[in-house]
Amino acid sequence: MKVSYFPGCTLRTKAKQLDKYARRAAEALGVELEEIENWQCCGGAFTTSTDEIATKLSSVRALNEAKVKGQPLLSVCSACHNVLKQTNDAMKNNADFAFKANNYCEFEENYAGETEVIHYLELLRDKIGFDKVKEAVKNPLTGKKVAAYYGCLLLRPGKVLQMDDVENPTIMEDFIRALGADPVVYPYRNECCGGYVVMDDKESAKKKSSKVLESARLAGAEIVLTACPLCKYNLEKSGMDMPVVYLTELLAEALGVKED
Amino acid sequence: MENKNLREEIIRRSGVNPLKCMRCGKCSGTCPAYDEMEYHPHQFVYMVETGDIEPLMNSKSLYKCLTCFACVDRCPRGVEPAKLIESVRLSVIRQQGNNHLNTDTIPDIIDEEMPQQAIVTALRKYNK
Ligand code: SF4
Ligand code: SF4
Repeated sequence: MKVSYFPGCTLRTKAKQLDKYARRAAEALGVELEEIENWQCCGGAFTTSTDEIATKLSSVRALNEAKVKGQPLLSVCSACHNVLKQTNDAMKNNADFAFKANNYCEFEENYAGETEVIHYLELLRDKIGFDKVKEAVKNPLTGKKVAAYYGCLLLRPGKVLQMDDVENPTIMEDFIRALGADPVVYPYRNECCGGYVVMDDKESAKKKSSKVLESARLAGAEIVLTACPLCKYNLEKSGMDMPVVYLTELLAEALGVKED
Repeated sequence: MENKNLREEIIRRSGVNPLKCMRCGKCSGTCPAYDEMEYHPHQFVYMVETGDIEPLMNSKSLYKCLTCFACVDRCPRGVEPAKLIESVRLSVIRQQGNNHLNTDTIPDIIDEEMPQQAIVTALRKYNK
C-alpha cells in the first residue's frame, strides 16, 4: 500500500524521532510513504475565519498532489493533520473559499476536497488494522501502563476531524492494547496542553500541562503517549516527573525496529 | 469602522450565528483558559451580538484562548464561540502595528527544545 506523506516542519527539526519511527514502523507494516514534493509548512493552526485564503494554500497544494496520485494524505503531527483536514473540509463545503483558493493555485483541474486525509493512527486502525499491528508486534509491552494523550487537535472539531468520539475516544487505547500494553484512561486526556500560548505566557501553558500529567499520574500512568511535538514540549516543561513519548516511537519499539 | 459595520464584519467572517446562543455558559465552564480571561467565551458571544465590541478588542482575553475547540464541541447549540473570538482578534491584529507578538523577543522566548510548531502557530494566531 502506498500513501502520500506530509511530514511538516517540526518533524524535520525538533521532532525527528516522530518522523523516523513513523517511517520505520510503516515499512515494517508494509506501507510505503511517498513524501509530498516541495511541501510547505501547514502553518500550525487553521484560521477559522472564512476570509483567510493565503495561509491555507500550502495545505491545498499538498491535498491536490495526493489527489493527482490517487493516494490518501497521511501525517503524524496532530497539528498538520488538523490543518489539512480542516482545509480539506473547507475546500469541499465552502464554495466561496474553494473558488478563491483554486484561482490562486491554478491546478489542471479544480480541487474540491477529493483527498482522504488520514492521521497515522487511522492508517493503523482503518488501513492496516490493529489486529495486523498486533500480529506484527515482536516485543509486546506487557504490563506497561500507558496513558494516551489526545489533546485537542486530534479530535476537534469533531464534526470535521471525525477520528473518534470526541468525549470518549478509544483509538489510542486500542493502539496501546495492540502493542500489548495496558491503556490508562484519565479525565484530562482530551484537554489542551496550553498549545501556542506558551509563546505568550509560559506560566499559563504550564498550568494546563501539569493538570494533564497530574491527572494521568493519579490514574496510574507510567508513561504518556502523544502524536504532537508541541504537546510533548509543553508536558515536558511542566516540571512533572512523567516520561512523554511519541506514539511512533513506542510502535517502533514494539515492532522491534527502533534500534539502528 | 463604525460599530454596526464592525459587528457585522466580525459575525460574517466567523460564520457564527450568535443568536443561537441560549446563554447556558457551558462553553465558559469547559474553557481551560477561563481563569485567565476577563471576558469568557459566552460573554464574547453575547457582547458581539449586542455590539459591545470595543471592550473585547482591548481585552487580553483575545490572546488567552488556546483554540482548543472545547467550547465548539461542547456547546449544546452549535454556536462555536472560538470562531467569534478568532474573528474579534483578527479585527485587532489586522490593523497596522497591532501585532501581539513582538518578533524581536522570540529569541528570548524559545529554548533548545522548543518546536518550530510553537513559533509558527503563535505567529499565525497573534500576528499578521
Ligand atoms: S455553550 Fe453555546 S449556548 Fe451555551 S453559552 Fe456558550 S455559546 Fe451559548
Ligand atoms: S477554544 Fe478558546 S475559548 Fe474555546 S474552550 Fe478553548 S481556550 Fe476556551
